[in-house]
Amino acid sequence: MISRLANPAQFMRVSGAVLPFLAGLAAVVLAVGLVWALVLAPPDYQQGESVRIMFIHVPAAWMALSVYLLMAVASAVALVWRHPLADVAAQAAAPIGAAFTFVCLATGSLWGRPMWGTWWVWDARLTSVLVLFFLYLGYIALVNAFDDASRGARAGALLAVVGVINLPIIKFSVDWWNTLHQPASVFRLGGPTIYISMLLPLLAMALGFALLFAALWLVRMRTALNERKLRALRLHRMAEPRSRPADAAPPGARPAVH
Amino acid sequence: MTRKRRRLILLGGGMTGLAAATAMVLTAFSGNLVFFYGPSELLAKGIGPGRLVRIGGLVEQHSVAHLDGGREVRFRVTDGKTDLPVVYDGVLPDLFREGQGVVAEGKLNGSGVFVASSVLAKHDEKYMPPDVAAALKKAGRWQEGGKPPP
Repeated sequence: MISRLANPAQFMRVSGAVLPFLAGLAAVVLAVGLVWALVLAPPDYQQGESVRIMFIHVPAAWMALSVYLLMAVASAVALVWRHPLADVAAQAAAPIGAAFTFVCLATGSLWGRPMWGTWWVWDARLTSVLVLFFLYLGYIALVNAFDDASRGARAGALLAVVGVINLPIIKFSVDWWNTLHQPASVFRLGGPTIYISMLLPLLAMALGFALLFAALWLVRMRTALNERKLRALRLHRMAEPRSRPADAAPPGARPAVH
Repeated sequence: MTRKRRRLILLGGGMTGLAAATAMVLTAFSGNLVFFYGPSELLAKGIGPGRLVRIGGLVEQHSVAHLDGGREVRFRVTDGKTDLPVVYDGVLPDLFREGQGVVAEGKLNGSGVFVASSVLAKHDEKYMPPDVAAALKKAGRWQEGGKPPP
């Protein structure tokens, strides 16, 4: 299944068929999730209405981590098996992951000010997520820093794989060290500590974010593949100007000599 | 096939080495990676007066007293074993109250009182609607600042 889809032509066909449904589903789930989270969900017993920032902040944080993991796995596949789609997949995911990480940092800051009393502290959780943001930016910069695109892809893939070390540090920073950030509420031993009427809209928003990512990712991958095809066609034409049919030649051009 | 296998082994080996190195570095520096010390840790580490540190813990019940027209506040921070008197002159975050987690930055003075220059509130991982919290309190299953109810 995977190896069949890894053929770019096959991927273009399948993704083109799936994309409209994916985008529509993402829009519906996000609309439902937003109303549920921002209007219908109850306020928190100690944070009041400010808790609604959680419904954006937490799914964005989950996506920041999962998109990075996806990017690292795709990069490892690209490094080891040289699959034609793996680099495209990793590079298409990076800016979306960076955007989720930025949303996570920005909403966290806006939430920290009223609740903790500060916009930012250098505790282990906040710092490691900032490092994740820089890893995304560094990856994007590195991939585009080479004239030879394949060398850029190779260097970027290595950085993405090495950076995966940061993911367990982010996840467990709140357990390993004292931090201002509270420990995990959902993915923890002993079950979630979020009441069900707040957990369900949170999960709906997480699903909406995941669908949104999937749709954006496919669009970016398809664009990258089309771009690559265009470039190849253009190179092909430049390399073989004489193979053009004579009637396509500009007026006044010398007829091809055989 | 063999080249793919060689690349896989190289990558796997490299990542294993990197993970081991990172684990060792983080363990070695774990004392510097903590954001704050609990009162017991502060005493155990023998951090004396005059050094800028952050302490964290729960605000002890019935320990908050406002002095000097309400701006200066005294309270005790506890980790369940040791507690430490804190004095702070400044704006407190909204979540500050007895039983709430706090992180205070400041220095110990000569008489063992922690003079805070900033106080941040630390909230726990529990989220619930107000009526559920009220019901838990009414049923006596509420532990302020303690572990979440089973």
